[in-house]
Amino acid sequence: MREWAEFREEHDADGAVTVVLSGPLVVSAIGELDRDLRALAGPVARVDLSEVSEIDTVGAWIAWRLARDHSADISSTSDKAERLIAAVHRSGGDAAVTPPELPVFERVFARVGDYVLATFAGMRGFLGFMGAMLIAIGHLLRNPGEFRIKALVRQLELVGVNALGIIGLMSFLVGIVIAQQGAVQLQQFGAEIYTINLTGRLAFRELGVLMTAIMVAGRSGSAFAAQLGTMKLTEEVDAMRTIGVSPVEALVIPRVLAATFMMVLLGFYASLAAILGGAFISTMTLEIPFMTFLTRIQEVVPLHDIWVGLIKAPVFGAIVAMAGCYQGMQVKGNSEEVGLRTTIAVVQAIFAVIVLDAFFAVFFTEVGWG
Amino acid sequence: MTTHIPGHVEHYTGDYPIVVEGVRNQFGDHVIHEDLSLKVRRGEILGVVGGSGTGKSVLMRSIIGLQVPDAGEITVLGQSITDAKDDDDIDIRSRWGVLFQGGALFSTLTVAENVEVPLLEFYPEIADQLRHEIALYKVMLSGLPSEAAAKYPSELSGGMRKRAGLARALALDPELLFLDEPTAGLDPIGAAAFDRLTRELADTLGLTVFLITHDLDTLYEICDRVAVIADKRVIAVGSIPELLALDHPWIQEYFNGPRGRAAEAAQHRAKQVDKPQGGKA
Repeated sequence: MREWAEFREEHDADGAVTVVLSGPLVVSAIGELDRDLRALAGPVARVDLSEVSEIDTVGAWIAWRLARDHSADISSTSDKAERLIAAVHRSGGDAAVTPPELPVFERVFARVGDYVLATFAGMRGFLGFMGAMLIAIGHLLRNPGEFRIKALVRQLELVGVNALGIIGLMSFLVGIVIAQQGAVQLQQFGAEIYTINLTGRLAFRELGVLMTAIMVAGRSGSAFAAQLGTMKLTEEVDAMRTIGVSPVEALVIPRVLAATFMMVLLGFYASLAAILGGAFISTMTLEIPFMTFLTRIQEVVPLHDIWVGLIKAPVFGAIVAMAGCYQGMQVKGNSEEVGLRTTIAVVQAIFAVIVLDAFFAVFFTEVGWG
Repeated sequence: MTTHIPGHVEHYTGDYPIVVEGVRNQFGDHVIHEDLSLKVRRGEILGVVGGSGTGKSVLMRSIIGLQVPDAGEITVLGQSITDAKDDDDIDIRSRWGVLFQGGALFSTLTVAENVEVPLLEFYPEIADQLRHEIALYKVMLSGLPSEAAAKYPSELSGGMRKRAGLARALALDPELLFLDEPTAGLDPIGAAAFDRLTRELADTLGLTVFLITHDLDTLYEICDRVAVIADKRVIAVGSIPELLALDHPWIQEYFNGPRGRAAEAAQHRAKQVDKPQGGKA
């Protein structure tokens, strides 16, 4: 059973009020007492601690505050109480425990203003980031010996080789869905043979590359942002600068190059996996033999469809990697920022990829690669 | 789920709030501690020294239940830590405060909010206003200016972060205080001030302090006794003169090395300065 600290008021002959505190005046027992004492109207002339069984700094604070608020005297019988009251007395002060906040009306404008400024700062920052990358690329072209081949190979493995399993499986399943759903619709006017055209062209032009870009954004773009962000927090990036290593050259360029290069291979690989998925489901449900499906693909998919995919892939890869690296390099302050920036990196990358994909679709149709 | 609200507990009145007996800690094949025993007296500041990698921090983590020893018995404030089946069993967490090496402040909360975390966790019945007041005086008690209360840890210097960590460790008026290298990385003035603060708080609040340190000045200045960890166990506990009388090579090298001598000389000078002043008063 919990024992609470208590108080009672005693009236002297001359009408002065003494507040007698009793029981354990410690942090675990003062929740109620604090509320009651705050509501006490006063005036209080004396605070009596002689019936207090135990006291800690929180109890001392309560007693001292009561005395301060009512300009009362404290009478205590123990050394410990006096020592603690003296300690909290020295530490008594008024200050906010959270950063000051503006009134709601002003806060709305302040927020909007901050947002606008942050947007401009972000645009400027990204421009600066691109500039730094160009400088680094220029530097590396003039001094190819300084290029970090090991870092690049490591990133190629992380971004590309390690993603083969999940991207292959995902594309295979997407291929199955496209072929199966397409077949259901095409069957209505007896054109299920066009399932092959549908699956093949869609896989090479759009799905292979787009789905891969989204997967790479989720796998690698987020990893870039989190890695670089953490390195910023632990001052590793600053340490590199001091040693004379350019963080852009050492961290950003290998990642962007790896993602750009690997997106081409992964995109093509994903297209093939999607077609295999389509062929698989067609064999199972449409009675189109597996090999026939693949041979027909060769006939119905024009070569420029493959070019469309292969041209888009490196652009998407570069965007995903740059979004990740840029956001990672922007981290400062605390660990929450790392999570925030990682989310922004992935969302921005996927959004930019889809917007660009729409432009590419219009562009390639206009140039006759429809 | 057990509730975190402890009943009112009497302060520990035994002689040894921390008792470590025959503890073995090992990571894989690497044995850190073997048959390590240590008793901490109530109300003392015990300094714990030892070379890098001798497991000072591991010992502290074992005592506060973050690391389960492979063998042995640890009793804190009369309650067994090693018998606890899981974290919830250790219900004396409200009675100790820990200052980790880097401060380990929650980076998304202000200093004052950091101090309020344990208060909110253990005593949710305390009104917001009182909690803010408590946080504020703890911050100032730890030697920080009141403006620091509303700042985030990333806005503070290393020394201020340590003080903020100390304020959080003291949030619940603990009986035990664990400090892991509190003066590491501080400038000599800041380190000396932190030492004085530790001594002052220990005396004022009646704390028992378990202090891991490499700082010889700290040992000479504020520690009542010093425990030396070497050869996987505590080889000696005692005041510095007592330790110096021992013939262990590591202890001799530690206290009689150039830094040890400098710290001793500083202590000696400080005492001589103190004496005439004491005479006048």
